[in-house]
Amino acid sequence: MSSDALVQAGEPAPGDLGLGSDLPRSGGARLSVWVLRRIALSLLTLLGVSIIVFLATQTLPGDPAREILGHVTPAQVAAFNKLHGLDKPLLTQYVDWLKNTVTGSFGSSIATHEAVTHLIGRRGLNTLALVLLSALISIPLSLLIGTISAVRRDRPVDHGIQTVLLTLTAMPEFVIALLLLVLFATTVFTWLPAVAVIGPGETAFQNPEMLVLPVAALVLAVVPYVARLQRATMIDVLESEYVHMARLKGLREGTIIRRHAMRNSLVAAIQGSSLTLIYLTGGVVTIEFLFAYPGLGSALTSAVQTRDLPVIQAIVLVFAAAYVLINLCADLLTVYVTPKLRTQFR
Amino acid sequence: MTPDPAAATSIVAEVEGLRVEVAASGAEIVDQASFTVGEGEVVGLVGESGSGKTTAALALLGYARRGTRIAAGRVVVAGIDMLALSAEEMRGVRGKVISYVPQDPTVALNPGLRIGLQLEETLSEHTGASAAERAERIATVLEEVRLPTDRQFLKRYAHQLSGGQQQRVCIAMAFLLQPKLIVMDEPTTGLDVSTQAHVLKIIREMCQRHRASAVYVSHDLAVISNLAQRVIVMYAGRLVEVGPSDAIFEQPGHPYTAKLIEAIPDLEAKMTLVAIPGKVPPPGQRPGGCVFADRCDFAIDKCRAAAPPYEKLREQDVLCIRAVELDRGKRQRSAQHPTAAAGTGAQGPALLKVAGVDAFYGERQVLAGVSFELHPSECIALVGESGSGKTTLSRAVAGLHHKWTGEIEVDQTPVATTVAQRPKELCRRMQYVFQSPFNSLNPRRSIGDAVRGPIQQFFGLRGKAADERVAAALERVSLPARAMDRYPDELSGGERQRVAIARALAAEPEILICDEVTSALDTSVQAAIIDLLQDLQQQERLGILFVTHNIALVRTIAERVLVLSEGTVVEEGLTATVLDTPHHPYTRSLIEDTPNITEGGQPHRVVAGADVGE
Amino acid sequence: MSTQAIELPAARAGRGRRSAAARALRQRRTQVGLVITLLVLAVALFGPLFAQYEPSAIVSIPAQGPSAQFPLGTDALGRDVLSRVLWGGRGLVWMAFLATALGVLVGAALGMLAGYSRSWLDDALMRTMDVILAFPQIILVLLFVSMLGTKLWLVSVLIAISWVPQVARVARGVTTEIVEREYIQAAEAIKTPARRILRKEVLPNIITPLAVEFGLRLTWSIALVAAISFLGFGIQPPNADWGLMISENREIITIQPLPLVVPAVCIALLAIGTNFVTDGFARAVARTSGGEG
Repeated sequence: MSSDALVQAGEPAPGDLGLGSDLPRSGGARLSVWVLRRIALSLLTLLGVSIIVFLATQTLPGDPAREILGHVTPAQVAAFNKLHGLDKPLLTQYVDWLKNTVTGSFGSSIATHEAVTHLIGRRGLNTLALVLLSALISIPLSLLIGTISAVRRDRPVDHGIQTVLLTLTAMPEFVIALLLLVLFATTVFTWLPAVAVIGPGETAFQNPEMLVLPVAALVLAVVPYVARLQRATMIDVLESEYVHMARLKGLREGTIIRRHAMRNSLVAAIQGSSLTLIYLTGGVVTIEFLFAYPGLGSALTSAVQTRDLPVIQAIVLVFAAAYVLINLCADLLTVYVTPKLRTQFR
Repeated sequence: MTPDPAAATSIVAEVEGLRVEVAASGAEIVDQASFTVGEGEVVGLVGESGSGKTTAALALLGYARRGTRIAAGRVVVAGIDMLALSAEEMRGVRGKVISYVPQDPTVALNPGLRIGLQLEETLSEHTGASAAERAERIATVLEEVRLPTDRQFLKRYAHQLSGGQQQRVCIAMAFLLQPKLIVMDEPTTGLDVSTQAHVLKIIREMCQRHRASAVYVSHDLAVISNLAQRVIVMYAGRLVEVGPSDAIFEQPGHPYTAKLIEAIPDLEAKMTLVAIPGKVPPPGQRPGGCVFADRCDFAIDKCRAAAPPYEKLREQDVLCIRAVELDRGKRQRSAQHPTAAAGTGAQGPALLKVAGVDAFYGERQVLAGVSFELHPSECIALVGESGSGKTTLSRAVAGLHHKWTGEIEVDQTPVATTVAQRPKELCRRMQYVFQSPFNSLNPRRSIGDAVRGPIQQFFGLRGKAADERVAAALERVSLPARAMDRYPDELSGGERQRVAIARALAAEPEILICDEVTSALDTSVQAAIIDLLQDLQQQERLGILFVTHNIALVRTIAERVLVLSEGTVVEEGLTATVLDTPHHPYTRSLIEDTPNITEGGQPHRVVAGADVGE
Repeated sequence: MSTQAIELPAARAGRGRRSAAARALRQRRTQVGLVITLLVLAVALFGPLFAQYEPSAIVSIPAQGPSAQFPLGTDALGRDVLSRVLWGGRGLVWMAFLATALGVLVGAALGMLAGYSRSWLDDALMRTMDVILAFPQIILVLLFVSMLGTKLWLVSVLIAISWVPQVARVARGVTTEIVEREYIQAAEAIKTPARRILRKEVLPNIITPLAVEFGLRLTWSIALVAAISFLGFGIQPPNADWGLMISENREIITIQPLPLVVPAVCIALLAIGTNFVTDGFARAVARTSGGEG
């Protein structure tokens, strides 16, 4: 690890993101073989996720029958268990459960009786809007801030940026959101709605002003994270021998940054983007709760409160699948933009 | 300083009173440096690590590394005052009037850009040449450095080329715009001797063809003596001696230059290698007065009193007040007395016998049917270039390589494949000294802890008894017992390598396997380590397997030599016989490619010192 | 043998970690961070001694502004905000600390094991880590809390588990790098047992990166614990907790923001303080190891 990567130790250095062991190492293999292998590994991870979710929701104490039916006789419990296949061996239960999951049959919500797939579609769209909008703003912003900070390294601008970034990374996103809320929606200014009121059947896109504060909070929470990663990478690149060489060749500073430096910090940018998305999927939970925003995060929170198992399972699986998918894409893109990795395949 | 009369007609570069400092502390890295480069002249800038030679050379490009700054002096290249230029003007000069060839092309070429683009951008940023003109110019220069010129080649990335090819791309890049001056920063340091010979040949051709002046930075006096018309010797940030190449190598004026030349192992005759005691003082800790005084055999009080002026001695300028008085005329090297133990030593049963060893790296075979014998008090050199399998062989013997077949016997008893399967006693008898002393000692453990390891492990000693053994082991490598409490980062490279040897000796071994143990050290430090190993071999009846890429070292240390190429022993025999009358073409080319110091027209074979640990 | 014994330079005063800590403390931002951290910690740990009212006692009408009697006003239920703030940090600090310590400890052990074993064990461990990593941390906690109930130790353990893969990756990375070093081979060549190599040769080298890890994870554990309390799955009402205070006073945000803002600022300051200190230390370490060799 280089010295500046160490400054950010613990924060992902390009080496230990989703990368690591999954990237191609030895030459010779065909690209398609590696891609298939990488996809297979992703599926394996998902299988692992499904096992954990199954074990957590189906086998942990807290008898579902009692939970759902209230006070009942043992006979009723047995009948309920038989109806839901809970008397079969664990493995059979798992296979049945997995079959349903894969085909998207999550059942319906215990609390609202709404079909889970329907609920996820409706709420998921809102969350997707929140996440994508935040990502769209924060990815370029953080790359820009990180690059500026690296180019102006150790100057007042950099020190200022670093202090702000360090402050923001430390703060939980809901605290940032709360402070924004107090500032812009209640006390000082009252420009924006304090809670998101999106009626059933409506989507977030139809209410853009509802999105302003949640998106601002998420952007502020995630930008520092990726900006610092970008800064560390850019500093490494700017201190590299090939950038020295480019300077000694008499290239314009603009060409050096654009062609020599940016090109080689692309991997960090890709991994940074994937991190942004991953961070955002976690971050939406508290933000949606605070703003009463009708997305998957707030749905999960209320489902946990009511122990609404089908909903919990489905939402957790959606989040985990998103993680795996984002990681997979990032790794594929990384190989694509790194000549040394790409050219191993012939 | 008066410029060399030969070059006085036309001076391409002039440096005057240059001082480069550490920006934070103001400690000087290079000070009072003044020199000139004549038209078409190759000036060799030579020095050990920490001498400031690269810093001085980069200053020619008006460049200072991050954290350092050019504090004083004048740098004029082709009539342009480099230090007075604006950033944009400087950019226009770099690459066009003065260009640069880097030390390590593997990191200096951008891994993400195609070779073609990296060549082309040099042209497009400096000239208004059309695409066709650029392509033509690139093709011309690539041809001159004997690289392919086709589209396919230009589309490659750096990692798809060999080390020699990469360096030739960098050389081509430097010559693209036909600059007046080219700064070459140790361009062959990382290369094998045969590749180095090839690259040097191209550099020589290119400089002649384009009548370019060059400053060639190197730690390797032999390379410099072959290439440069004039030589600048640097020590601790000062130019201690400047003069024509022949004169300096024939009759060095400065005590440091003289010592440095004597530290170089000689391919032709068995010489005593003279080590320079002490170490180069780092910036901020350099003494007032003469910077070399603390390590100089001839220092008198006056040397320490004030910084010495340059003395004129024949054709040289020498930074030593006693230069004229000490002048001994023509250099004489003392041949090593043939010691009694250094005979053949090959009588009696072998201590170590290797027979028909094959070794593999994954699926790839790296050794095929290697056999040799090692006797007590004998040193066998194992010579080969990178990829020859020499390190794999030594690791197989030590039980650190897992995939090998064949017979290895110690005292006529076959040994198991790996350390894990071998009895403790066997592991004790065979000790391994690793290549890099910067890597072979744990930075978080004290010297005492390191040397105590084998003592605890093999003799079960702890506490005071163990400490006594540690002190004794340190003493055998001339380190004080106080060193026990130190950590590796407090010691120099040479001292660390002594610790590594002490750790091996603490096990009271009979066989010592030395894997390129001097390749990370400066030449003068290498001499000291070789000296130490020779003493150990003779006094403690150690059998030494000395692995090296440097065939010149062989004559000094080994009685017998094994030349390894692509996993097989191509030649084997008494050192003198093999080196004087090599039979195998590979051995012959290895000897021919090894650069030699040329003295007064008479080629005198001397080989490159070790790679400087920079 | 060379007759001259080698002169050694005078021993250096401070070494490694100690000097890194000293260097860290010379930076302005680290000093600020340390002061903030200690202040908030003091409030969290010793605050209850100074609280005027029972934290859960309803002492006045709800949502009052600051007054002499209630310096920070009252909350949505009419409880003294200052007293609740003074009481509300203890649980957070302990939970965050325990979660981080446990997570770093287990993660480091698994990471070292994986990095040193370089066998099927490595693969198996890291694949398992990948699976855990696929759950966003807060969702992992929610999943198990929903089944096992809101128990504070459980939340701490779950947060610890969520740290394990991340710490393990770092520890594994450093370990595999160290295992390549020749001093490890030197130890193996004299048949030093693996356990001893891990303890004596590897561990001292990964202590520093682990210390940095601990700091970073602590900062984010504080954020996580607060978030979980905020969502209502941590410390339960009527107990006082900074995270909980934010969510239970949401209705009165437009009338009386203090009951939300003060705990929010406390959480933020604690996390910011620890982050500044960690960053200063990491910088100093990087400079120490960068300056040598």
